Amino acid sequence: MNSRFWLWAASLATYAFLYIPLAVVVIFSFNDSLLNAEWVGFTTRWYTKLLHDDDMLRAAANSLLIALASSSISTVLGAMAGLAMHRYRPRWLPLLVLTPVAMPEILLGVSLLLFFRQVLDLSLGLFSILVAHITFSIGFVAVIVRARLAGMDESIFEAARDLGASPWATFRRITLPLIMPALLAGFLMAFTLSIDDFVITFFVAGVGVNTLPLQIYSMIKVAVTPEVNAVSTLLMALTLTLILLASRFAPDLLKARQ
Amino acid sequence: MNTTRSRPAGFAKWIVTLPPTLFLLAFFLLPALIVVLAGFRETGEFGGLAPVDSVAALSLDAWRFLLGDVIYLEIFLRSFFVAALTTLICIVLAYPLAWLIARSPKQRRDFLVLLVILPFASNFLVRIYAWIMLLGPAGLLYTPFAVIVGMVYAHLPFMVLPLYTNLEKHDPALLEAAQDLGANAWTRFWRVTFPLSLPGIFSGSALVFIPVLGMFAVPELLGGTGDILIGNLIKEQFLENRDWPLGSALSIMLTACVLALAGLAAWAAKRGLHGTEAVT
Repeated sequence: MNSRFWLWAASLATYAFLYIPLAVVVIFSFNDSLLNAEWVGFTTRWYTKLLHDDDMLRAAANSLLIALASSSISTVLGAMAGLAMHRYRPRWLPLLVLTPVAMPEILLGVSLLLFFRQVLDLSLGLFSILVAHITFSIGFVAVIVRARLAGMDESIFEAARDLGASPWATFRRITLPLIMPALLAGFLMAFTLSIDDFVITFFVAGVGVNTLPLQIYSMIKVAVTPEVNAVSTLLMALTLTLILLASRFAPDLLKARQ
Repeated sequence: MNTTRSRPAGFAKWIVTLPPTLFLLAFFLLPALIVVLAGFRETGEFGGLAPVDSVAALSLDAWRFLLGDVIYLEIFLRSFFVAALTTLICIVLAYPLAWLIARSPKQRRDFLVLLVILPFASNFLVRIYAWIMLLGPAGLLYTPFAVIVGMVYAHLPFMVLPLYTNLEKHDPALLEAAQDLGANAWTRFWRVTFPLSLPGIFSGSALVFIPVLGMFAVPELLGGTGDILIGNLIKEQFLENRDWPLGSALSIMLTACVLALAGLAAWAAKRGLHGTEAVT
């Protein structure tokens, strides 16, 4: 009885530790004071101000553009990788697909910086960010697709072949519809990862091109302003929606994120 | 297997295998190999790397520099200390929570797990920013304490989830048996639950320790000038000093540490697993 009480108390304290800081960010985005120190009154003016902040809007447009492109491409490549890993089980493919996900992000960031500047001699910008985001998203999509395939009865594919379906027809009529929820979940996941990424983007963005996280970074390096709270709140709402949506398509997704 | 069937199957195999493989070879493996090479080159006249044609030989300058100054060793040791402390605090905070979730009725478990993951729906920088807001007025910003708080906050779910996955699988009959044999709650925990949960602790520790080791944003935004870690050092070489060979050498060292740790965690989890098989 007593130990049960302490278990609940400790757990509630940890939940509080997880949620209170974020609640404070959200609450103070509606605070009618330039200082984030005490509550003065309700306002939405920080949100209005965001809408007139050209740098912020440009960064948001870049983020959306990159997220759309990178999640589309990494869904295709990740689905291929997931299919290949499930069906042909090459030993090296999981290593190639999952290592970028498992290692510290800074290593991927600097290696791509070096590669783009030194080897390809490209100037950094939207393209290098796009490539970097695809590189770390493929693994997530592949894992989701492979998990979906692993839960399926192989005999459907055999039946299709026995009935004379070509590999392409089997894929289009059987495999694709079956993995569609995983593809949607993978797409949403990749979109979220892309729009949220800071570390890798920080290295491959170069000067001149900003994304939303980079814009937030340069703002919080300078000062704590309610405008940061407002953009943080909006970003939180967006990713929250995407993650909940994604987990509807693939219930095991939340486990895959480990 | 007749040939008319295996030929299109072989074709399909390459269609799905080649594109992701080629993409990752080009944009993951090749850049990684170039970092290794860059660690053995000289700095160019204007920073970056020296052009390939001007220096034919490889150079150990970056390594001499790295090993010749004790400050680098100090920063590596500090990074390991911060990562270890963060991991330990995460274990202490995550354990009761993971246990509570594992013991909850089945229909409530998913919801409680979701509650652990949801804060992660916020941007990484927003989570750091929240602590700037909270610790600033308290006068705790730019201290080692702030760095640890930020690190724990950013990585806690990575400990809760594997630990929960492990604890969920424990057979309650083991604890009942221990109780019948006269073990009190304390003994039951340390002699039964804790040893069985070691694989969960090991995999959670790998998921916390490794990213913390390479983190630069938390020390940069929450820490003081004395709190820099390996990640800050690498960032500084690539973006500020433009000493790419030194930055690459540091990246190689970090990679070596990460690989060693990942190997160690995999080995420990496997051993722990064998241990539990012996118990069950």
